[in-house]
Order: sequence, then C-alpha cells, then structure tokens
Amino acid sequence: MQITMKINGQTYSHDVEPRISLAQYLRETVDLTGTHIGCDTSGCGACTVHVDGAAVKSCTLLAVQVNGSEITTIEGMANGSELHPIQEGFKEHHGLQCGFCTPGMVMTAADILKNNPNPSEAEIREGLEGNFCRCTGYHNIVKSIQHAAEKLNA
Amino acid sequence: METFIGKSIKRREDDRFLKGAGRYTDDIKLKGMTHSAFVRSPYAHANIISIDVSEAQNMEGVVAVFTGNDACGAFGVPCGWQVDFKNGETMREPLHPLLAKDVIRHVGEAVAIVIAETQELARDAAELVKVKYKGLPAVTDPKKAMEAGAPKVHDQWPDNAAFDWCIGNDRAAVEAALANAHHVTEMEYKNHRVAPNAIEPRSYIASYDVNVDKYTLYTSTQNPHLIRLLLCAFALGIPEHKVRIVSYDVGGGFGSKIYHYTEEALLTWASKEIGRPIKWTSDRSEAFLTDAHGRDHVVHSKMGFDKEGKIVAHLTDEYCALGAYLSTFAPAVPTYLHGTLFQGVYTTPLIHLNVVAPFTHTVAVDAYRGAGRPEATYLLERMLSKAAKEMNMDPAELRFKNFIPPFDGVTQPGFQTQVALQYDSGNYEGVLKRGLEMLGYEDFRKEQAEARKNGKLLGVGISTYIEGCGIAPSAVVGALGARAGLYEVGHVRVQPTGKVSVFTGAHSHGQGHETVFAQFVADKLGIAMDDVDIVHGDTDQVAFGMGTYGSRSLSVGGSAIIKSIDKILEKGAKIAAHKLEAAEEDLVYAEGKWTVKGTDKSISFGDVSLTAYVPHDYPEGLEPGLDFSSFYDPSNFTYPFGTHIAVVEVCADTGKVTLQRFVACDDVGNVMNPMIVDGQIHGGVVQGVGQALLEEVVYDDEGQMITGSYMDYAMPRADDIPMIETDRTVTPCPHNPLGVKGAGEAGAIGSTPAVVNAVVDALAHLGVTDIQMPVTPQRVWKAMQN
Ligand code: FES
Ligand code: FES
Repeated sequence: MQITMKINGQTYSHDVEPRISLAQYLRETVDLTGTHIGCDTSGCGACTVHVDGAAVKSCTLLAVQVNGSEITTIEGMANGSELHPIQEGFKEHHGLQCGFCTPGMVMTAADILKNNPNPSEAEIREGLEGNFCRCTGYHNIVKSIQHAAEKLNA
Repeated sequence: METFIGKSIKRREDDRFLKGAGRYTDDIKLKGMTHSAFVRSPYAHANIISIDVSEAQNMEGVVAVFTGNDACGAFGVPCGWQVDFKNGETMREPLHPLLAKDVIRHVGEAVAIVIAETQELARDAAELVKVKYKGLPAVTDPKKAMEAGAPKVHDQWPDNAAFDWCIGNDRAAVEAALANAHHVTEMEYKNHRVAPNAIEPRSYIASYDVNVDKYTLYTSTQNPHLIRLLLCAFALGIPEHKVRIVSYDVGGGFGSKIYHYTEEALLTWASKEIGRPIKWTSDRSEAFLTDAHGRDHVVHSKMGFDKEGKIVAHLTDEYCALGAYLSTFAPAVPTYLHGTLFQGVYTTPLIHLNVVAPFTHTVAVDAYRGAGRPEATYLLERMLSKAAKEMNMDPAELRFKNFIPPFDGVTQPGFQTQVALQYDSGNYEGVLKRGLEMLGYEDFRKEQAEARKNGKLLGVGISTYIEGCGIAPSAVVGALGARAGLYEVGHVRVQPTGKVSVFTGAHSHGQGHETVFAQFVADKLGIAMDDVDIVHGDTDQVAFGMGTYGSRSLSVGGSAIIKSIDKILEKGAKIAAHKLEAAEEDLVYAEGKWTVKGTDKSISFGDVSLTAYVPHDYPEGLEPGLDFSSFYDPSNFTYPFGTHIAVVEVCADTGKVTLQRFVACDDVGNVMNPMIVDGQIHGGVVQGVGQALLEEVVYDDEGQMITGSYMDYAMPRADDIPMIETDRTVTPCPHNPLGVKGAGEAGAIGSTPAVVNAVVDALAHLGVTDIQMPVTPQRVWKAMQN
C-alpha cells in the first residue's frame, strides 16, 4: 500500500506492507533508527514518537494508519547541534545511562510539558508511567524534565 | 589548570543518544544482510519426535533453515566456571547445544533457525516449521528438583544436582554454637527468580567475508573479548584471529549480556554456511524466555545470638536453581559470589553455608546485578531485623553491636572473614550513623507511633551491606574454579601531536566510561579532556579485555590504564631529560609539562610526544613512539559497603505498599564523577526495590512461564518510586591506584532487604514476622489477616 507522510518536516512516500508497524517503518524503511523497540506489548515506551503533535507508541500503530500524518521522531528534536531544552535537561541531569529508553522518554516528556507546562513531580511521574527505564531509577529523568520545564517557561 | 577527577562532568556520550544517533546492534545494516527467526519449544520438557522444515524451506524469500540435525547440532556453548562436588566428583556439565536435537529442557529452547530476506518473512516461515513433541513432566523449583523421583533434566546423571558446595567453619561446630545460643532466629523463604530486562533486547549480526576469511559478529555484549574467546576456542573451534567482535552501544546489561548465548554462535556458524550476513534481534517475549535470569534460591537459615545480642553462629542451607544448562558464570553465582559474603559487616565468629545447585527445566540462572551478593545481603539483613524484633531491640542498635570496627587497610590490617575473603577497608558504623541521620530516625519512630494510633501503617527498614567487587584476582578465582583470568587491559596510545587514544577492555553499556575514563586520564597526564578519546567495544581495536561486570571497570580497567600512563610518563621523562639537557631525577611532571626543578626550563607533553615520533634529537638507545599497553591483575577484590533505609506506608485496606522515602548512604571508595555514581546508585536501588515489591518470574508446574511479557511481569515504573536520597562516606580502596571500589551493583544489593524490613516493621504490631517477596498487596493483605 502506498503511504505518504511528513517525518521531521520532510515528506516520504513508500509502498509498504499493511502489517508493518510505524516503528518498523521508521527504522527499516526510512532509516531513522533513533526510535527503539523494547517490547511487543506496548509496555516499554521506547518507541514513542509524535503523530500530529501527540505522543504515541509507534510499535502499536501500523504505518498505513498514519498515512498523511505529520510525525516527529527523536531525530527531529534538536536544531542541528543545538539540543532541544528537553534533551539539554537530560544531559544536564544525567537523565540517561545506556540511552536505549531515552528517545521514548524525551518524546514523552515533550508531550507531558506540552499539556502541562508546570507539572509537579507526581504529574511527571504519572506522565512517564508508560515508559520503562531500567538504568536510571527515574530519579534523574524527573529532574531532567523539571529542568526542561523551567527552561521552556523562562 | 582545570582538573576533572571528582567532578560531575557531563557525559560526552549523551549527545548521540539524545539525538537518536546511538549505534546499537539492531541499528546496523550490512550489505546483503538476511534476517532470522527461531522456532522455539512451547514445552519445558519434551522429546522431539520429528521436525519438518520442508514447507518453510520452500517458501519464497527463505534463504536457509537449520536444525539440530545439521552440522551445527554438534556444537554447544561452554560454561566458564567449574564448581566440583564436596566429595570431589566433577561438576556435571551437559552440552548446551546451539539447537535442541532430541530433548527439550526449557520453554523457549531453540529447535530451528529460519533465515530469510526480511524479518517478517523469517517469522512467517518459522511458523511453517512443524515440530512434533512428546511432552514430559518438568520441575522448575530448585528444592523440588532434588526430591526423590523428581523429573530429571539430564538423564545421564542419577539426580538433578550439578554440584553441591559449602563454605565457612565446620558444620558441627556451628550447630553446637547454635544449640547453646541464648536466642536463635530462623527463616525459611525463597529469594525468587527475577528477569534482568535490559530495555534493549539482545541483538546480533554475524557476517563472514570469504575473501579475507574473516568473521565479524556485532553483538550486544558486556564483554567482546570474552565472547570471542568462548566462541572461537569452545563453541565453534574457529581461529580467534579470524574473528572480530563489535559491540558499540549496548542498551543496558545488568549481567544478562555477559554470557555467550547460543544464538551468537549459531548465527556466526550460519553466516559462513550461507555466505551472507544474518541479523537476529530478540523480541521481549523471547527475552523473557531465553535471557539468563537472576536469584532463585530456596533458603533455610538459623542465626544464634548471645544475651547481649552478639551473633554467635550462622548456619544456612540453600537450594539454588541453575536452569537447564550451565550459563557462562552460573556456578560461581550461588557459591563464590554468594557464600563469601556471609560475614556481612558483622563479627560473626562461626558461619556455615551449604549449597545444593540443581538443574531445573527453566532458562539458566546466572549473574544479575549484584550476583550472589544481593541474595547474601537479603538473608543477613532480614535475619538481623527479625532477630532484633524477637529480642526486643532496635534494629539499628543490634547492628551497631555486631559491626566489625573501622579499619583503613593501610595502618590497620584488612579484616579476615570466616568465609575466605579479606576485606580491604571499611567503616560500617559510619554509614549507618549517617543513614540514620539522613532519615531522622528517632523522629520517624515518633511519627510512626503517632500514625499507628490513627490506623496508619508506617514502617522503616534498615539494611547495612557489604559486597565484593572489582572482580577479580586471577589466581584467587582460578583456585575457586574460574576458567579465565579476570585482569583487565588498558592501552594508551599517545599520538604524535600529543592527543591520546585509550583502548580499554572494559565495556560501557550505560556506565559512562567515555567520560569517566577521560577524566582521570586527562588529570594524570595534565591535559585537556578533549584531548583524550576512549575506545571500547571492538576486538580489532582493543588488544584484549575481560569486559564489564562485577563493578570492575574502574577498579580493574581503570588501574590497567593507570599502569600504561605510568609507563608513558616514565619514557616521556627520558625524552624530556634529553631535550632539556637535565638529569631525569631533576624533573617534575605537572600540568602537562616536565620542568627542571627550581628553574623555568620545561617541555610540554605535546613536544615530548612529537619528539617520540620524530626522534631526530633523541636519547640514545631509546625506542621511538609513546604507546603502552598494560595488564592489571588486582591483588584483592574491593569491598564497597553502605546503609540503605526504606520508609513505607502499607494501606490497611488493600495491603498495597507505597515506598515513601529511600535513603542510601554508600561508600564506594574514591569517586571520579559523583553524578555518575549517584546515577548508578539510583538505578540499582530501583532494581532492588523492584524485586522487593513487584517483580517475579513465575513458572507453573509444567514449566510454562506465566510472566513472559510486560503485561505480566511488573517492572518498576516512574510512579512506583520516590526520589532517592543519596549521600556518601569515602573510605578509599587501599590496593588500587585510584582508590576506587565500584558502584555498579551496590544499589541493587542494599535496597531489597531494606524495603521488606520496612514492610514487616509496618505490620509488626499485628504479629507479622515475615512476608515472602515480592511483597504484593495480596501477600501483605493475607499476612495482615492471619
Ligand atoms: S516497543 Fe513500543 S511500547 Fe515497547
Ligand atoms: S537509560 Fe538505559 S533504559 Fe533508560
């Protein structure tokens, strides 16, 4: 099936098998390997991207379902070498160790802050509920997002 | 001049991860690469009656299908540690085949590999492979595996034991002391099985280049050289110099990516057969079924005390599951990494541990963050807190009574334990004092009493741990059954322009070596961090190495690099002396230059480097170049220690436990980068809390795993955990050049018993004395009703 979508501002058009997930499409066809796959039950959030401005788990959407949509992946967050304030927060507060959950965390964090620019610690934790990190114990991820909130509100 | 040691330098690896530009194995695509999928057994124990691959083989897009009946059926992956029976009988060591041929021994065991043009096609074709099984009874619990008549995992031996083992004092003496003790505390429980769950699933790409007769294996491993050695010398019998192992970025390991897995060897073998690269990436369901698990000890323990509360004797019997086959480090985990920590931080004069380690119809159990030490710590710390309750003493007070007094290992000797080790340096009462202070222990006790009056159930749990890491002195582990040395290699290449490339056999899968190693290298050489590059994860670049586990990177790997830096400075001084026309003894090296004492005559590191590579005006007889590689074999383990304290609230209606506070005061020796050490502690603590409250791998009676997905296996999520309050004391390690002890596992070792102690404390007035982990609402609620 022929699909067209805008990914990180660039238009892509491909003929894909209807059963291919958005995550696989991004990784295998478009070669954007920043979106990671950590599970097969929508449990880990490593695959989180934005579809038309909202965070979704790209492993549980078919590529054909988002035909015509605008997608932002982790590769679309930084402005050249300049990190997005959320990425900067993660670096500043050691919000990542192995980095595998990180793309999903950053995309989820962007969604949390979009809907709630001044989240409390509890609200951040609740917002991260769909994303696993096995390395950081979440402590520094929460601080990273608090840092980003401050930055974005300044 | 800017120095870096001890500062929270931001990580240089972060930018690539934050931009989605990490190079994890599954991100790599090779020209002509094929994909693969495994046919795995749905039975825990079965005979294979027949395998029919014809339909799969004939499917369009399928490149090859292999089963145990092909040549690969003769190969197996080795075990790296040998623990013989107490009576001298050799450890029972079955072949761990790359593909099962006749008998299935755990759910998920691979029966066939299907290789195809795409991942989807490989999976489609795998479903077309028809395997007929005859199901057989299975046993998954280590104690039941030793009962008479238990289903046997390997028919060739009379029972399921792979070995038995003991350590410590004479059993009869310990029993006698227990019989005479003023008070004896006893516990029976299971330190249950957990799954490591690195978020990146295992992933491999094998390729064989016929033109240069060379294999390359990209693998998500913690130890590339160890994999190469095991793969070449044991699994496939291929020449080591014809194999390159690459593991750039690895998405977490926690032990589970140490081991040489069957899929690595099979893909390597098959890549030559088909003449094309092959990729396999595990999905999460496969990860649950095939990644080595942790823990799984059935424990019965007794601890005797005198009238004052001093421990007089400790006797424990354990059954420790190994799984169906012996994974790389498996025999070491319930023995040498476990029993040797039974002294804990206490002066206990008599200790005996007896271990029976059976095969079970499950995936292997091997080292998982802490490996044997969390199990030892859980036992000691639960026993101490239970005993305190029974003897009507405060749990902190009981610990203070029993601590080994402080010793620095320099002016005072190390502490000789009853269980083979000699601790390097320690101040155990120091961390407990600080931990209690951080918590506000006395105020908390008042708050708790107040809350109880209002029906609110608050509890506090203490744990004071020690662990042995910096693994390990080769001669010591060799005597204990290791089949490899556990030194590390550090290669420092000074480039002609004075820039420095460091090649380390340690491997970072989240620990931040690229930053931390550059910090101390820059300081020792007096140069900028930007002038130091850290290279790891490629056997063609790094001479050799044993990898990263057992909190060893800095204490062993870092020390090897320091040795090479010493050699560079020694040779550099000769060149500097020549150029400055001074005697070597008259030079001092500081801030990146050699200076003639008492003068302003100096030469920079960069100029000496250039001279070494352009040796026109050069010391006679000295070789050109500035490039040294060193092996560092530690003289002892290192012994970090600490105090973890948890505060919980138990919901009186539902039994749900909420972790309200977590205080950790750890002593990991000198600290290179506090930000990274804190991060290691946070992550470790949450894994330990996960075991205490949420996580458990459950097999049913037929050996089916009923917790094989993130819907069923409860991993800690962000809203299960509070902020972690950390602090440190610093007792340097006396026997390595950086004075470091290691921080990777501490969090997971100290935290689990602190949490369970807190839950039991919250319910103590209801007569609850123990609850089996994980302390789920159901278990807590049940305990409250009894
Ligand atoms: S890969 Fe999408 S939620 Fe885990
Ligand atoms: S940084 Fe490793 S899983 Fe989050």
